[in-house]
Amino acid sequence: MKIHEYQARDLFRKYGIPVPEGELCHSVDEVKKKISDKDKLRVVKAQVLVGGRGKAGGVKLATTKAEAIEKAKQILGMEIKGITVEKILVADAVDIEKEFYVGLINDRNTKSVMLMASAEGGVEIEEVAKTSPEKIIKMPIDPTMGLMDWQARKVALQLFGDPKQVRQAAAILVKLYQLYIETDSSLAEINPLVLTPDKQVLAIDGKMNFDDNALFRQREIIAMREADENEKKELEANAKGLSYIKLDGNIGCMVNGAGLAMATMDMIKLYGGDPANFLDIGGSSNPQKVIDAMNILLSDKNVKSVMINIFGGITRCDDVARGLVAALQEIKTDIPIVIRLSGTNAKEGLEIIEQTGLPVVKTMSEAAKKAIELSKK
Amino acid sequence: MSILINKDTKVIVQGITGRDGAFHTSKMKAYGTNIVGGISPGKAGQQVEGIPVFNTVEDAVKATGANASVIFVPAPFAGDAIMEASYAGIELVVCITEHVPVQDMIRVMPVLEKHGTKLIGANCPGLITPGECLIGILPSMIFKPGNVGLISRSGTLTYEVVNMLTESGLGQTTCVGIGGDSVSGLYFIDLLEMYENDPKTDAVVVIGEIGGDAEEQAAKFIKEKMTKPVVAFIAGQSAPPGKRMGHAGAIISSGAGTAEEKVKAFNAAGVPVAKEPSEIPGLIKEKLGK
Repeated sequence: MKIHEYQARDLFRKYGIPVPEGELCHSVDEVKKKISDKDKLRVVKAQVLVGGRGKAGGVKLATTKAEAIEKAKQILGMEIKGITVEKILVADAVDIEKEFYVGLINDRNTKSVMLMASAEGGVEIEEVAKTSPEKIIKMPIDPTMGLMDWQARKVALQLFGDPKQVRQAAAILVKLYQLYIETDSSLAEINPLVLTPDKQVLAIDGKMNFDDNALFRQREIIAMREADENEKKELEANAKGLSYIKLDGNIGCMVNGAGLAMATMDMIKLYGGDPANFLDIGGSSNPQKVIDAMNILLSDKNVKSVMINIFGGITRCDDVARGLVAALQEIKTDIPIVIRLSGTNAKEGLEIIEQTGLPVVKTMSEAAKKAIELSKK
Repeated sequence: MSILINKDTKVIVQGITGRDGAFHTSKMKAYGTNIVGGISPGKAGQQVEGIPVFNTVEDAVKATGANASVIFVPAPFAGDAIMEASYAGIELVVCITEHVPVQDMIRVMPVLEKHGTKLIGANCPGLITPGECLIGILPSMIFKPGNVGLISRSGTLTYEVVNMLTESGLGQTTCVGIGGDSVSGLYFIDLLEMYENDPKTDAVVVIGEIGGDAEEQAAKFIKEKMTKPVVAFIAGQSAPPGKRMGHAGAIISSGAGTAEEKVKAFNAAGVPVAKEPSEIPGLIKEKLGK
């Protein structure tokens, strides 16, 4: 789960990580009311859950209050990667002497939380990681000890020269780790962390993601969720025990198992088609799940044909077939469907479906070719 | 021979009285797995499928000499269950439970290391040495004893591939579903090393997917350390970046973890990558000179 920058800033402040003053606004009127009349350098930032907002014109500087209101007018309502900007953060802009990057992630390789830091702040850290990996300091954290003071100091010493700044930065790192662990975060970045000319260390921009699997014990974090349209559809599917992701193609896919679902999309692509979605219905033959899945699939108006790909394991193909038939009889649609069944009791399963007259095949490649052919009619 | 498990493996089931635990216990027992006990706190003295239930893993180990455990407890308690098994001296823990919080898995790791415990999963279908021992939820009827090893990050895709292997006459030594999470127990290299040292295994199938760089590391290991042929498949060639494809670990983040990079790494290591799953048996036969 992702949160907005302003929400990350709220969490930073709660944990004692210094951030510049700022106000969240939903309208120009709110900007007029909330910010002080004093003319000072401010930054107006679109609050959207997609990257690249700066390049898209979603971040603008203003020197006066009037200008801040003007910039707010421009940014509110603009589209960034298909998302309409509904909220902006109007924050004090600070003078910057130097920018840094600090972040925490769950690292697959060391199987631990990894602290990363770089003197190359303000830019995409992934770019730095690719072009000059030696510029990134990495410190795996022992979960039984947490981030110890000496470790935070060791990292801060590589970024800052002055002992006072080292202390400020190390304290920020320890607080960020505490926040990361207590909220079951999966990514916490301060980018940039800046040094001001008056030698203050401040978090200017923040990004936090959270582990979906841990949300059950993170009520405060769940309450921060602001899903966009596509995410709402994905969450709705999750609530029904389905895993759905919308893509841009026109062949709908319904598959049991995430790996097989990916392989099915790949197969459609391999044979020259374009998958409309990723959809994993999990391992049951429950007709209701198939009905829910079909409804979600067909709500995408791009879908021209549907490929159902099921491998019957513990759930036998004949049970799956009965479930499919029951579900498809309930859903009346003109969209052509091709079903592929394989695995345990495949023969019995195929027979059950053949009786209904739906096209049914035994291999994935056949099904993909057929679905592509049907999508062109 | 085989890796990790065989007919002598003594298995306990953590969460044996739950719906999934009880169902799969009966399946495993029917396959011939030596299930010696189950754990369900407060239910000691009861029986499930004729198997004695204990309150703690420690009690079960003392009474039965169990050396492997399979976990079906709900996600919030799975990390704790893994640690309990590790402290009790279980050598191999297989965690089937999905949706385990990542921080719980991270906290488990030093405990496993301290006790020398091997972990498979979480969020995995388990493993099987056909004809000898099944631990997990794999559909046993599609497997057949033979000389091919298999490691996979996926469940149903594994069954798909195993079914094709078996139908084309290629049986398996041991098949391991390592799970779809980002922080997991044993991974490609750990298992490739075991297959390399297993006299019965002649070739290995690796089924990877987008996310992370474990496939790239595996490719490097294969090139430098393995004498046995390996064939690979990578799921997620058509997956868009930044989207989690069902599995918690299947995500292309900022251009890293793409299928393309993984295919390239395998090819550079002399490992053929199947374009679709049905090519796998042919590639294995080619490598084995059949």
